[in-house]
Order: sequence, then C-alpha cells, then structure tokens
Amino acid sequence: MFVTYLRRELRRRARQASIIALGLALGIGLVITVTALSSGVKNAQGAVLHSLYGLDTDITVTKAPSAGNGGSGTFGFRGAFGTGQRPAPGTKIDVDNLRNVFGYGSLTDANLNAVSKLHDVAAAAGGLMLNDTKITGKIPAINFGGGNGGPAGSGSGGGTFQASLKPSNFTVDGVELASKAAALGPLSNSKLASGRTFSSTDADSNVALVDSGYAKSQKLAVGSTITVAKKSFKVIGIVTTPAATNSSDVYIPLARAQKLAGMAGQVNTIYVAANSAANIDTVSSEISRLLPKATVTNSSDLDKQITGSVASASSLASNLGRWLAVAVLIAAFLLASLLTMSAVSRRVREFGTLKALGWKSRRVIGQVLGEAVVIGIIGGVIGVGLGFLGAALIDNFAKPLTASVGPTTGSATPGGAKTFGGPPGGSFPGGGNSNGSAGRFVQNAESAAHTVTVHLSAPVTAGAIAAAVLLAIAGGLIAGSFGGWRAARLRPAAALARVE
Amino acid sequence: MYKLSGVTKDYQKGRNVIAALQGVDLVIEDGEWLAIQGPTGHGKTTLLQMLGGLDRPTRGSVVFGDQSGTDLAQMREARVTKVRAESIGFIFQTFNLVPTLNAQENVEAALVPLGVPAAERRVRAAQALEDMDLADRARHLPSELSGGQQQRVGIARALVKQPRVLLADEPTGNLDEETRDEIIGLLESLWREKNLTLILVTHDSSIAKRAQRVGVMQNGKLSIRQDVH
Repeated sequence: MFVTYLRRELRRRARQASIIALGLALGIGLVITVTALSSGVKNAQGAVLHSLYGLDTDITVTKAPSAGNGGSGTFGFRGAFGTGQRPAPGTKIDVDNLRNVFGYGSLTDANLNAVSKLHDVAAAAGGLMLNDTKITGKIPAINFGGGNGGPAGSGSGGGTFQASLKPSNFTVDGVELASKAAALGPLSNSKLASGRTFSSTDADSNVALVDSGYAKSQKLAVGSTITVAKKSFKVIGIVTTPAATNSSDVYIPLARAQKLAGMAGQVNTIYVAANSAANIDTVSSEISRLLPKATVTNSSDLDKQITGSVASASSLASNLGRWLAVAVLIAAFLLASLLTMSAVSRRVREFGTLKALGWKSRRVIGQVLGEAVVIGIIGGVIGVGLGFLGAALIDNFAKPLTASVGPTTGSATPGGAKTFGGPPGGSFPGGGNSNGSAGRFVQNAESAAHTVTVHLSAPVTAGAIAAAVLLAIAGGLIAGSFGGWRAARLRPAAALARVE
Repeated sequence: MYKLSGVTKDYQKGRNVIAALQGVDLVIEDGEWLAIQGPTGHGKTTLLQMLGGLDRPTRGSVVFGDQSGTDLAQMREARVTKVRAESIGFIFQTFNLVPTLNAQENVEAALVPLGVPAAERRVRAAQALEDMDLADRARHLPSELSGGQQQRVGIARALVKQPRVLLADEPTGNLDEETRDEIIGLLESLWREKNLTLILVTHDSSIAKRAQRVGVMQNGKLSIRQDVH
C-alpha cells in the first residue's frame, strides 16, 4: 500500500514533484560542479608544485649563501688568467666556468644523508643546480672608459665589445642516479623523447641528458657532444618536460657536476619525499631542527606563493563558488519544503479520512516523508547528471591556467633571487672605475619567478557523488518533515468538517 | 453501544465561544438504527465526531461499548485511533475516497491499520466490492466512477473491517434521488443482515423516518422524536 500510494501520488502531482526535483537538482549539481572545480584547482596546484620539484617531492631544503660565498655572481677572469689584472688587447679568451647558481648556498652529502635517515622520510635526493658560462673571443683594443659595467655585451661602445667576445650560458643540473631518487627532483617530470636515460654505471661518466627545447636551439641530438666546464659530454638522451616548467638545459650525473664545479661532496638542493601526506609538516619540522640554517619549504608554503590564474581559480572556487552552491541549495530546500507543505494542505480531507479510518499519525507522516525523499532522490540523480555536465564543460572549455611561484628572500624557490653586480675582482677590461666594478660581467641567477601552465580539469569524485546522494536525501527529509509536521497537526474531524 | 452523558462541545471563534453541543445525553443500544436530523450548523456533525472519536468533548463522557472504561473522551489518542480502526466504520457525504487509489485499494486502506497481510487485504476488499456489485469496477479510480458507485465503494470500505458501528454523515447528500434511494436501501439491508449499530445524520425526513429512532439537533441540544414508529 505504501509504495502504491506513493507512486500514484507522485504521478498525480508530477508537475509539482518535477519542480521540487529540479530545484534540488540545480543545487546539488552546483555543489558537485564546485567541488569538482575545487578538486581540479587543487590538482592544478599540485601539478604546479610537482612540475617545479618533481612528482613525489614534498619538501625541498636549500640554504642561503653565507657572506662571500654566494655562488657565481660574477664571471671574473681570475680563473682564466690567474690574475685580476686587465688582459692585454688581442688576448684570446676561452673561458668555460661551471658555477653554483647565484643565491644558493651549499649543503653537504652528510646533510643529505642525515635527512634521508629521518623518521617518516621515504626518500631524499640531492641536486646541484649550476650555470655553465662560456666566453670566447679576443680582448678588444678599444678602451671603453667610464660608466659601470653591466651584463655582458652592454656598456658604451657596446657594439665592438659584442663583436669581439661571444658569451653564452646554459643551466646544468647535477642529478642523483640512485633508483630511490628517480621520482624526486625536476628531472622526474621529464619524459624521454629519444635515446636513453641515466643508469647507475654513468655516475662518473661524461654523459648528459639535454632538454628538448635547448637541444633544438643548439641543434643537438642523441650522440652529439656538448662542452660542460671544458669537458666533452656525450648526449645520451633528449628529454621533454611539461611546458614552461622549471627545467634545466642539461642534466649530468651529480658526481661529475660536483667535481667540475669544484663542489665535491656538496649539493644546493635536497629533495625529500615523506612517507605520507599527513607527515609532511612533521618531516619539515624535523629537517628544520636538524639543519637550523637551512630553508625548508613544503607544498603548503608554496601554495601561498602561487599567483596567476590558478590562484584566482582557487579563490573563485572556494569563495564565490562554494557560497553560491550553498545559497542555491538552501533555496532549493526551502522551495521543496514550501511546496511539500502546500501539497499536504491540499490533501487535508484525504489525510483526515485516513486518520478517521484508523491510520496513525506516524503512518500518514511516513507517507509524506516517503514521497518527499523519493522526490529528493530523483533530484539527486538529476543533480549528479548536472554535476557531471558542469564538470565536463569545465574539462572541455576551461582555458589553461597559469601559475607563477615568485621569489622569496631566501633561495628556497627554484632559481633563487635575481641580482645584479657581485663581489669585486676579476673585472672586465675597459671598464671605468678603479675599484674594478665597471664593466664587470655579471651573471644573473635563473629567472626568479617560474610560470607554469596547467590544464584545468574538474574531476567528479566518488565522495562528491556520495555527498550529493546524502544532500538529496537530506533535502527530501527536510521537505518531508515540514509536510509531515503539517499532516501530524491535522484533526480527523477536518474530514467531516469539509462536508458541504 | 454508546452512552453519552452531559456531552458539551465549545469552539473558540475569535473572542466568541460557540456552543456546538450543549449537555447531550444519549444512549444507543447495540444493533439500533438512530437517525439524527436537524438544520445545518446545529451540531449534527459535531455529535457524530464525538461518537466516532474524531474529536473530544469539552465536557462530558462518551462511553463506547459495554465496558465503562472505554470513555472516548478520556482515552489516549493512540487508543482512540485503535478503536476507530477496529470498530467504527465511516461513510461520508462527499465519499472521501483517496483519488489516487482505485476502488479496490480504497477499500484495502481500511484494513491497513489492522495489520492485515496484503494478500488477505486483497481478498477481503474484492469480496466487499462484490457484495456492493462493484467487482467489475475494482480497478477504476474514483474519478471513473459515478456518485452512487463511489458511495458504494465508501460503504464497502466502511464494512470491510466488520465494524460494530457504522456512522454515516449525510451519505446521500451528493446523490440524485434514485441513487439516494438505492443507497439508503442498501444501508438498511446491511443494517438488518449484519446487526450493525447504524447512526445516520441526514436533513432528509423521508430518510430519517426509515430509522428505528430519530433524534433532532437544535442549537446543540438533542431531543428524541416520539412521533416516529
């Protein structure tokens, strides 16, 4: 009787039931879409962080340089000529220096080892980000006179300077080859386009992987040779990295990078994976206690630094989106409740008659609740469909998002701070000032802000669907409760009182 | 079957108090047919509500059955509902069938509160409709039945649980003359066959005089007509 009565009643007021169901569907669909969008934005943020630090990297450890040891801020010729004196005009220049990226201090292998042994650390790997800078040519005869130095190739009379000397630089990343380190660090995001990747036997070999963009610009292929710190390296593979990620131009084994850069036993970044997402903060704290002078950064720190449309989308989803969904859902619940109460009011004689026949109030209320819950479930099913539709629209039509992670005052972010100038000594000839600062060839660190482009998706999770079902049932129960309360208050005498 | 003592019912309408029943005393024997006449608004329906336990008097007692403990005015609502479900059948002027249930299901609705299993409900409802010559209309909705047929479904619904009392509130009020006679004839024959206690409210004297006893409600007071039978 319950099911028959329920089914017939819903069919009788199909239009009203449809309105209620659609209202609930809109609210639920919006909740699912916003939840999916929030998940998608979180995934996009995760993709941003992973592209910067590697798929499984949860924490990075870096260190600000100590005074006087800031890495290669200037190019300098002291190493080339053995003296800080200006070389004579016509002197041949052939300099190839591999130096620590400016703004990064160094950490030791012992530091790395200690970090890897910490409780809750699943893996730790060291990385050494370097710049290889070359200048070839001849010292020109022209005296520049006056003015400050600037980046190579600039300054008064710059055209002649540029014609005489040919500078170039590229980034080199020393990477660990151990299998445990494979998922850490920026190289873990790369895909092998051709050739092969490193094996453990390459640890002391002059072999290199080259980024596909750099390979194209330098016309390199598998088997080509490149020079790093005046050593020939054979290109064994070309790798591609996701667009605009924090990739280096060249990757060589860490041990080789350490030796060529004169940084034996040193790294400038430690990549750490925690054994569980829940332990990331704990591990971060332990590393900070172990290495008090280091800068320890995890994904939640970087979350705050992300700018760009990813951040805007995140704000939109969590603020406007969430509140809009809640407002629509409340409106839908209210509409459902009002319409249910209205329907009960129109059935006064019917319910009064049933009570006169001996139906208990709770049976009548149960009938009203049952009808309302079924409408709610129908609304929920439609709402889930609308949610999937909304998510699909986002998947297919949303523009790619960009995210930039800006510089910090430390050098925890990739590339460190941008800087100009550097310590005196080794100044370039033809420069103006007696203190040797004029005409100094200065090297910038890598670009301080890294911009990543990610595709925004809106995954509908099982959790979101379960929440939708619960919301649908809740909506039905709330509406049914209002109607049931109205029905409970009916006096059976109302049935006879309606006699004309 | 019933003993009403000093039954009074007052309704509050704004600042006014309307005395729908004023100290009604009435004894109804088992198997009796009592008709209650009177103009509209003088308390006939209110009296029926008291007899059916659909409402409670402001003062007085409504003892139902042979035991003095069954005062409908004092019972808990759940107990009154049980008494109604088991022992009292209602027939309404406007039939009061559930519009979304067919004739068979409307009759079954009277057996639901008694916990009768579904299969038995179907059998008993079918039999009740057959007794009303409506077996071929079992699957029809009320909107597909004539007034007379709807009222017969109402009667079947009232009788399917084999009540002790049948309360009929203007059962022919919405019917044409021919159908009215048919329904009243049917009620009379049922009263005789099943030894029911029948209390019928009507404003029609021709119907009232067919009863064993006629009471007249006037301004909330009941008086028994002595010139009938």
